Amino acid sequence: MTARLRAETAAAHAVARLSRWARRGGGTTLPGKLVWKLDPGALDALANALPHGVVLVSATNGKTTTTAMASAILSPTRRLAWNNSGANLASGVASTLLLARDAELGLLEVDEFALPEVSRRTDPHVICLGNLFRDQLDRYGELEHVAERWRAAVSELPASTTAAVNADDPLVAVLADGRERAIRFGVDDLSAARSGLQHASDSKYCVRCGRPYRYNAVYVGHLGDYRCDGCGHARPPLDVAAREIASHGLDGISFTLHTHRGSAPVRLSLPGLYNVYNALAASALCLALDVPLEDVVTGLERFRAAFGRFERFAAGDRTVLLLLVKNPAGANEVLRTLEEDALPPVIVVALNDRIADGRDVSWIWDVDFEPLLARAETIVATGERAAELALRFTYGGLPVERLEVVPALEAALDRGLALTPSGGELVVLPTYTAMLALRAIATERGLTRPYWEWSTVT
Amino acid sequence: MIIRVGHLYPEYLNIYADRGNIAVFSHRAAARGHELAIDQVSVGTPLEPGTHDLLYVGGGQDREQTLIAPDLAGRGSALREAVDGGAALLAVCGGYQLLGRGYRGRNGSWLAGAGLFPHETHAGETRMIGDVLLESTLAEAPGRTIAGFENHAGRTVLDDGAEPLGRVVAGYGNDGRSGHEGCRVGRAVGTYLHGPLLPRNPWLADLLLSWALAHATGSEPEPLAPLDDRLEREAQLVSASRARERGGRPAR
Repeated sequence: MTARLRAETAAAHAVARLSRWARRGGGTTLPGKLVWKLDPGALDALANALPHGVVLVSATNGKTTTTAMASAILSPTRRLAWNNSGANLASGVASTLLLARDAELGLLEVDEFALPEVSRRTDPHVICLGNLFRDQLDRYGELEHVAERWRAAVSELPASTTAAVNADDPLVAVLADGRERAIRFGVDDLSAARSGLQHASDSKYCVRCGRPYRYNAVYVGHLGDYRCDGCGHARPPLDVAAREIASHGLDGISFTLHTHRGSAPVRLSLPGLYNVYNALAASALCLALDVPLEDVVTGLERFRAAFGRFERFAAGDRTVLLLLVKNPAGANEVLRTLEEDALPPVIVVALNDRIADGRDVSWIWDVDFEPLLARAETIVATGERAAELALRFTYGGLPVERLEVVPALEAALDRGLALTPSGGELVVLPTYTAMLALRAIATERGLTRPYWEWSTVT
Repeated sequence: MIIRVGHLYPEYLNIYADRGNIAVFSHRAAARGHELAIDQVSVGTPLEPGTHDLLYVGGGQDREQTLIAPDLAGRGSALREAVDGGAALLAVCGGYQLLGRGYRGRNGSWLAGAGLFPHETHAGETRMIGDVLLESTLAEAPGRTIAGFENHAGRTVLDDGAEPLGRVVAGYGNDGRSGHEGCRVGRAVGTYLHGPLLPRNPWLADLLLSWALAHATGSEPEPLAPLDDRLEREAQLVSASRARERGGRPAR
C-alpha cells in the first residue's frame, strides 16, 4: 500500500465514524465520495491491493441478493470486502474497499451504469451478469443503451476474467460469446415455466436479426429458453442449471443445482423463481472461484434475505413483511409469489419518486397488479406519489371502497396494522427510498435493526 | 355506443405504460355507458380509414421503434385520411415522433415518418428528461393544465403555423427552445408527455373520447358528463409541483 493510499484509508475510517456519529446513516458512502472526488485512481490501487482481487455482480434485478448469497457462501473461508449496504456506485465501491480491514477478496455489487468504470478500474477475476430489464428509464436510459455499455466493458476485460452470465437472458448471454472463460447459468424445468410472456416484456426480439423469439419456456419476464426461427440464435447450453423446482409459497423454494462438478438439492429460505436465478448467479460466481459444491449449497441454505427485500418483523401481535418493489419485472415476481401463497387481506403499497426510486413513476402501469386488485380486501396507497398509485389501482379495477389513500408512510403503516387482524400479517410493498424510510420507522420503534447491523446469514 | 379503437403496434410500442392510457379511455367511456372495441394493428395488418373512431400510437425503445418504423411510414395516407374524416388520434413520445415527416439521426441518417403531423425531429446530444407542466393551447380547452414526464433525445420542430398542444410552463417540451409542446392536427394530438399521460389529465382523455364519439355518431362533439376526479386532480397537483421544482430547465 502506498503512503497516499494509507493516508486515504485512515481518513476514510475517520469520516465513516464521524458520519455514523452525526447520524447521517451507516457511513457507507461518504468516505468513498471524498476519495472518489480527490483521487479516482485510488479505486484501482485498492482493488490491486487485495490478495484475491475482486469479483463484480451486476443486474437490473437481484444484484444485492446475489451478492449477499455469494457472501454467505464465501465468508466462512475468505475475508471479504463486501458492499452490503447497497452502496453500489463507484464511490460506494471505493468506500467499501477503503473501510475493509485485512480483506482478501472484494465482493462487489455494482450499479448497471457504473459497471464499465468499476470493471475497467478493478480488473475483476469474475464478472457475474444477471439480467437486463427496463428500469428507471429516466436514469439509465433505454435497455439497449445499458447493454451496449456492458458489451464494451466486457470486451475490454482480459481473457483471464471469467464471465458468469445468465444464459436465459438473450442480451446478457451474448456477452460471454467467444470468451475463453465463461459459465452460463439458467433454469431448466418446464414445470416452472409460465404460460407466456408478460405485458411489457423486454428483449423478446432476436438480438441478432430482430425477429420475435420462440420460447420453449418463459420463466421470469423475458428470461427463458428461447430460439429464433429466423437466424437460429438460441439459448446456449447451461453449465449451471436449476431443475426439479418446487415452491413452498412464502416459506421458500427448492431446486436441484446441476453443475459441472455434480448435482445437489438446495432449499432456499426465501421465495420466488427470481431467487432461484439469484442463487444460480451466486453459485456460478463461486464455482468460478473454485468453491466446492457442498460449500455453495451450505452457503445458499444459510442465507436469509438482504434488508427490505424480504424482511419480516413483529409489530405487537401482528407481523409485517417488507418486500421491495422497484421495477415492473421485479414487482411482478414479488406479486406472483404473493398470489401463490394465501394472499394477505391487507396490503400497503408505497411509491416514492426520488432518484433512487425513479422520478418517472409510469413503471407502475407496467406492473401486473390486476390479480392482487381482484383479491385483496383493502389496499393502502402511500408515499410521495400515493395519488398516482391510487389511480393505477382504481383504473385497474379496484373499487374505491377497498382503497385507502394515506400519503404519510408512518400513518399508512399504522393504518395497515390496524386493518390487519390480530395474529395476521401485513404485507408492505415499498419502492427503495420508501423501504428505507419504513425501516427507519420500524428501527425507531425497536422492531428491526439499522441496515448497517443487518446480517444475511442465520 | 361502441367506440372502435385502433391500437397501433401494442407489442412494440408500450414502453411508458401506454396501457395506462388505454385503461383510462376504457374506464371513462364505460362510466358514460360506452364501450371500447380495441383492434390491435400490427405490422402488416390493414388499416382501413373510417373503421376506427380513435387511434392510439404509444412509445417504444429505439430498437423496437426502428423495427416498426417502415410499416408505420407506409400508413401515412391512410392515417391522414382517417384524421381528415374526423377520427380522433393520440400519439405519445416515439409514436408522436414517427407520425411527423421523419427523424434525423446524429449520424445524418433519415428515418421516414408517416407525415401526419407537420414537424421534423432531429436527434440531440443529450436526452431531455424530467417532469413537465403545460398549459393547453387547444381552442377547446385554452389554459387547462397538463402534467407529465418527458424522456426524449429527439428535438421536434413544428412547421411555421403548425398548432402545438400547449405552452411549456416547466420542462423542455418539443425541442427545449420553442416553448411549445406537442402538436395538433384536426382531432389528432401528439405529445412527448407520458407518465402515463391520461390518468392525471382526465380532461384530455374526455376531449379525445368526445371526438371519438362524434366520429362514431357522425354528429358534433358534446362534452361528457363529469366524473369524480378528486384523485386525478391530486395526482396532477403533485406532478405539476414536481415539474415546477425539478423539471428540465431549457436554455432559452
